[in-house]
Amino acid sequence: MADVNRPLSPHLQVYRPQITSMLSVVHRGTGVVLGVGTLLLAWWLIAAASGPEAYAQFNWFISGWIGRLILLGFTYSLFYHLCNGIRHLFWDIGAGFELAAVNATGWVVVIFSLGLTGLAWIAGYYMRGAL
Amino acid sequence: MSMQSPLGRVRGLGSAKNGTHHWWHQRLTALALIPLTLWFALSIVAMTGASHSAMLDWMNSPIVAGLMVLLLAAGFYHLKLGMQVVIEDYVHVEWQKITALIIVQFGCWALGLASIMAVVWVWTGG
Repeated sequence: MADVNRPLSPHLQVYRPQITSMLSVVHRGTGVVLGVGTLLLAWWLIAAASGPEAYAQFNWFISGWIGRLILLGFTYSLFYHLCNGIRHLFWDIGAGFELAAVNATGWVVVIFSLGLTGLAWIAGYYMRGAL
Repeated sequence: MSMQSPLGRVRGLGSAKNGTHHWWHQRLTALALIPLTLWFALSIVAMTGASHSAMLDWMNSPIVAGLMVLLLAAGFYHLKLGMQVVIEDYVHVEWQKITALIIVQFGCWALGLASIMAVVWVWTGG
């Protein structure tokens, strides 16, 4: 298996980039990002269970600019994976396979994931009293 | 040479009899995660900058604790299934592939259980 002398996946370099293939790559990418992001989720919940000091430490990290940048990546990945995941489930029941539909729903995913991320962050800043 | 038709072979699922469970479980957890993710996104927005006591108050509700446990269980299982596919697709050296699969498997169980226990710990009053 290790010495197979033929091209192996991911084959990204042999195809012209298209909306369909790019969104597919990003779906996997955001899935991996969310996987790494579960470290943050676990930290948040375990800190809450551990006590005020541990929770303050988490709050300090997530409020800093590095924490915010990571959280921004996490929220975008969450909304993207959610929107495109719904697109995948429609394909699984056999709907939306026509090329026009695949391209159109792809752009819907791009717009919705960006829009939902923007809304969530505006609401988050509003909750903090910054708006 | 087998006289079985391709369709018959697929329906019989070969000697293992469970060829589609990985695909099916990934879809089941995906379906469950749609409402859970929406709830989770609303929750983290609502809990932005919350104090420790506000966080404990929020987690003390059986609905919040229940939804959080469901999110963690479905989420970590979905993550384990998804990461497994990514690793199997892109890691072509056998020992590296096996090592990565074991790390993902152990990591998902450890993080998932620790998170669920934290939720239960708070809910039962520490």
